[in-house]
Amino acid sequence: MSDTEPVAAGGPDDERIKDQGGFRKWLIRPELGGIVGIIAVFAFFGVLAGDSGMFNAQGILNWSQVSAQFMIIAVGACMLMVAGEFDLSVGSMIGFAGISIAMFGVVWGLPMWVAILITFAICIAIGAINGLIVVRTGLPSFIVTLAFLFILRGFTIFIPQTVESRTIIGGIEEAAQGDWLASIFYVDIMQWLFIWLADIGLVDTFQRGTREGEPVVTGIPMLIVWAIVLVIIGHTILTRTRFGNWIFAAGGDAQAARYVGVPVDRVKILMFMMTAFCSTVFACCQVFEFGTAAADRGILKEFEAIIAVVIGGALLTGGYGSVVGAALGAVIFGVVQQGLFFAGVENSLFRVFLGMILLFAVILNTYVRRIITGER
Amino acid sequence: MNALIKTMAVTAVSAVALMGATAVHAEGERYVLVSHAPDSDSWWNTIRNALALAGEQMNVEVEYRNPPTGDIADMARLIEQAAASGPDGIITTLADPTVLSDSIQAAVDAGIDVIIMNSGTPEQAREVGALMYVGQPEYDAGFAAGQRAAGDGVTSFLCVNHVISNPVVAERCNGFADGLGVDLGDSMIDAGQDPAEIQNRVIAYLTANPETDGILTLGPTSADPTILALEEMGLAGDIYFGTFDLGENIVQGIRDGVIEWGIDQQPFLQAYLPVVVLTNYHRYGVLPGNNINSGPGFITADGLEMVEALAGEYR
Repeated sequence: MSDTEPVAAGGPDDERIKDQGGFRKWLIRPELGGIVGIIAVFAFFGVLAGDSGMFNAQGILNWSQVSAQFMIIAVGACMLMVAGEFDLSVGSMIGFAGISIAMFGVVWGLPMWVAILITFAICIAIGAINGLIVVRTGLPSFIVTLAFLFILRGFTIFIPQTVESRTIIGGIEEAAQGDWLASIFYVDIMQWLFIWLADIGLVDTFQRGTREGEPVVTGIPMLIVWAIVLVIIGHTILTRTRFGNWIFAAGGDAQAARYVGVPVDRVKILMFMMTAFCSTVFACCQVFEFGTAAADRGILKEFEAIIAVVIGGALLTGGYGSVVGAALGAVIFGVVQQGLFFAGVENSLFRVFLGMILLFAVILNTYVRRIITGER
Repeated sequence: MNALIKTMAVTAVSAVALMGATAVHAEGERYVLVSHAPDSDSWWNTIRNALALAGEQMNVEVEYRNPPTGDIADMARLIEQAAASGPDGIITTLADPTVLSDSIQAAVDAGIDVIIMNSGTPEQAREVGALMYVGQPEYDAGFAAGQRAAGDGVTSFLCVNHVISNPVVAERCNGFADGLGVDLGDSMIDAGQDPAEIQNRVIAYLTANPETDGILTLGPTSADPTILALEEMGLAGDIYFGTFDLGENIVQGIRDGVIEWGIDQQPFLQAYLPVVVLTNYHRYGVLPGNNINSGPGFITADGLEMVEALAGEYR
């Protein structure tokens, strides 16, 4: 929501300055659903899976990593959604960026940092093209980005298949060895902390093999650091800057925003570029952690990003939402996905659960929207 | 608002009921099988049935996990997750060793016994510290099929690949070409997953390459539409047709003489044997000294009856 409330013009009967109760104000915060959800989810799994390993060091790292992945793409998706658009090419972009890094860095032998920078440039440019087409043609972003979902996936399979006649490219770990830029995507930080925690018995150690005696969790992966940094940056831009107000305005009522001088087209294009940036960060963390890029990476991730954002309280229609809410949505998504396993629930029922949570969130959102807009 | 609260309450209650109904708590050891298959792949139903049967017979707790979209990076997280839950053993595929080996290695180092099934090789299984490999080496199976086809007089072939993004599956085509003694060249087509598209691509290829005298499909997904394509072109029974894996239509095709043979890698054994091996290893310390090849088993028109009765369930 925008900070710039209209200045009161009328008397005490003017509905624009109608006094809202404290409870009602709290209710319309976009993060509400997320906060309630987080409490519910942790209470739920605390009871159901408390002793299953979900809350030991390995277990926490596991769902934190999954949540962080969702978080990274949710930040971009959230800001774009607040600006009134969404991007279905996120998943394909993840696969595309991964293959791009592998092609430049391994197949064509460029230094890894060059490959990463080229990939970021290409992907952000594609994001800009997405945005340009949307604002120039006035077509729904659903259609434009759906087209790019297929275009990017097609290239992602075609390029390595044509050049290398394979669709999984390995050797990234070796090529990234000692590279300064690559390392900010995959190193584990604060390793000393976990060695110390293992010493005092709070973290398990490996019992055999070459890593015997080392803690099972070696550090905090950069994936999680990236997620937190992106959330902080996104939240700050959205709530503390004039540009943030422009984003809300562009998504709330584009025409009204134009009348008051907001460069709506530029804002929307920049948000498409932001989404592309986040997808590329996701891809970098993934390829450098796992050491390969594959043509089928990231399938359906666009919907997972949108789900996290919607659970986090953003409105599909734009103009309303919060990055912190989206981050909470990502944590809920990640904890539920991984937690159901720890609770011993049949795998296929995860979808059922996800659908239910999504439904809750949307119902809550609809109710919130009615409060804001006063529609019945 | 009242209705809203009611909706939420009902959904929450039904969710809890669902969870209660599916949480299994048997006595004894606990084993987790992690596959690379997306939810949509029905071939893995046999694996799940065999796993459940083995769990029941050995009186151990078994769980099946897979990445919903088949994303191998997600699968690595599943293995890490399985390890965190501290089971007695993990049974997993090695669909992409570079991605998965770290997670598997970590599980092994944490004291969990691992058996590799389905995808991978005995060498790769040894490298990640697994007890053994149970499965069908894909290249070898393709090679054996190629030799068999060469013996039956095939000289050129079409390989219908419905999972082009998975290089392990493509090894079957490579092996087949080598067994046949021909160059793979452009013989392998990317068929996609949609039956109508597969059917039409096969027709297009055979029209453009009329000298083709053999067809290899890599599973029911590509075999079923290929049967229809051959019927449409009037080539059913006329062209040499072999396939990997089984399914109702494939069995019927073998009976009708449209399909020469189906290569059964016996998924039943891939899920069943690791549970039996692990349980006996943990209870009595006994372990087979070698890897186990579950396939290739060639299924021809002879002895189809039992296969037919159990196709898609245990075969």
